[in-house]
Amino acid sequence: MKDTPLSNCERDFLLKAIEEKKRLDGRQTYDYRKMKITFGTDYGCCFVDLGKTRVMAQVSGELVAPKENRPNEGIMFFNIELSPMASPAFEQGRQSELSVKLNRQLERCLRNSKCIDTESLCVVSGEKVWQIRVDVHMLNHDGNLMDAASIAAITALCHFKRPDVGIQGDEVTVYSPEERDPIPLSIYHMPISVSFSFFQQGTYLLVDPCEREERVMDGLLMIAMNKHREICSIQSSGGIMLLKEQVMRCSKIASVKVSEITELISKALENDKRARKAGGRCGFAESMPQERITALKTDETSVEMTDASERANDIVENAEVPPQTVPSPVVPAPGVGQVGQGLQNTWGLEEEEEDGDEEEEEQKMEEEQDEKEDSREGDVVEISDSEEEEVVILHPETQDKSSKNAASSSNQKGGKTSKQREKK
Amino acid sequence: MMEVCGSTNVSLREFGCEQTLLSRPDGSASFVQGDTSVIAAVYGPAEVKVSKEIYDRATLEVLIQPKVGLPSVRERSQEQCVRETCEASLLLTLHPRSSLTLVLQLIHDDGSRLACFLNAACMALMDAGLPMSCLFCGVTCAINADSEIITDPTAAQEKESRALMTFAIDSKEQRVMMSYTKGSFSVHELQQCIAVSQKASENIFQFYRDSVRRRYSKNL
Repeated sequence: MKDTPLSNCERDFLLKAIEEKKRLDGRQTYDYRKMKITFGTDYGCCFVDLGKTRVMAQVSGELVAPKENRPNEGIMFFNIELSPMASPAFEQGRQSELSVKLNRQLERCLRNSKCIDTESLCVVSGEKVWQIRVDVHMLNHDGNLMDAASIAAITALCHFKRPDVGIQGDEVTVYSPEERDPIPLSIYHMPISVSFSFFQQGTYLLVDPCEREERVMDGLLMIAMNKHREICSIQSSGGIMLLKEQVMRCSKIASVKVSEITELISKALENDKRARKAGGRCGFAESMPQERITALKTDETSVEMTDASERANDIVENAEVPPQTVPSPVVPAPGVGQVGQGLQNTWGLEEEEEDGDEEEEEQKMEEEQDEKEDSREGDVVEISDSEEEEVVILHPETQDKSSKNAASSSNQKGGKTSKQREKK
Repeated sequence: MMEVCGSTNVSLREFGCEQTLLSRPDGSASFVQGDTSVIAAVYGPAEVKVSKEIYDRATLEVLIQPKVGLPSVRERSQEQCVRETCEASLLLTLHPRSSLTLVLQLIHDDGSRLACFLNAACMALMDAGLPMSCLFCGVTCAINADSEIITDPTAAQEKESRALMTFAIDSKEQRVMMSYTKGSFSVHELQQCIAVSQKASENIFQFYRDSVRRRYSKNL
């Protein structure tokens, strides 16, 4: 399904509004949309709401053999899934330009910045290491997917706990969460991506563009930074030329935003930790809003099944008796196996026939078919008398065929056929 | 084989839903059964690819997204179950040569996932305002080693069960629209599970009704 294109009117309107320093949702130039971070039921599942943009990240770990050139380092794998749920323009299972760009940026932001201690993921050097996989699912696309994805990914990584592993000799035991407490990943710093969009060849700048603004922008600058003001990656796309001052200004804005977001993430993580410690229920079900009219929740309800057994009995008793099945394979002739046939035929093909021998019946069927063919061919012969040329051309062939058929059948079946004829 | 004995403690876990939670799709809903949660989104009726066009009805496409990794054979088979159920209840002939896309995203799996997919799908189709001949819901029944029927089982109960059955039931006459079974069981047990599912479906349809009533009410 294609995305609805933006009309010229909308485009002009948006650009004009930006020139007047106004934004569609009433934000200021440097404002982020409202952000909400929630966690799922299991470790390493995180939802990020950035305005209407919604992203889910899930971290999972498995034991694999390490890469040959890095025998004592764990493996990080990132996958951004542009699910068709987020936008009708996204297609399943197809690598679009956008998905490649987002995946690459997330990799540069989280893997190449060495924010995760990969050496601590090593179990047996050169044999077994943890592969940490981060799946980011886009649920709703309303602009600035990159920032939402990077926040969701790093928060999910902070939230994730891998099972504890014990080594005894050559044996590696993975302990379940009941046996030993799972271990969180060691994370040095939290790089967070901040996007800036440029309009009118870099004259105007907006932070956190929404989907409409993204459609009319000329260029995009993504800066990934941690709270220590260290730039982890920087990427400019869209082919605009930026001045040194502009990049400097953006990095200053980014540092402010990153410290705000980092604070929010640590607060969210702390809240979740407290809730889990208190033993309360947490997860997606609990984060569902209750005060909206679009949401409803019920308590556990019991199902009445007093008459279920009786009804089942009734149905079973009233049901037609299933046809009897042959308990063991029937072998009508040596070298032939047969299952499920040979009992009374319910198709009413040979009503006048008595239940005879299996072989004989089959023989008869063949006979009948032959007879039918004969009669059909007889028809053709009659038609051939007409003036239609094509049929006349076919005539000798059919004649041949019928005679051949007759000959072959008499040859093959020989005595049996004659016996059948007699019977009839 | 032991037959199912008498009535046991049969209940549905607490369930909840939220409609219109995503802004982009034409209809969306999340459905939660205990800890099992699913988000569903519907796009359509919209333009259809020429290769998928059907001249007298709409093309329905169902996609199930697992939480980790890419969709596998299990997702494909469940997609088919959901699609055939939706096709049976949707009045697709009212939108010829158009496409409907239903995307289901698993949020957390704690048993009865196919039933949850079906419920979320129905809620999302309702939210999208698509014409349907009837509503449908999904109920999962498990028969455990002691031959007791458990409705809406958790993942742990599913694991220990001897047989697992999921039915899609329509709201008009509570007939079975789809069944998906695993394990071995007798005809009697099957009929009993269907009877229990039909009873359970009443609760779910009541929940649908309540949520729609709440949605179109003026105050909470």
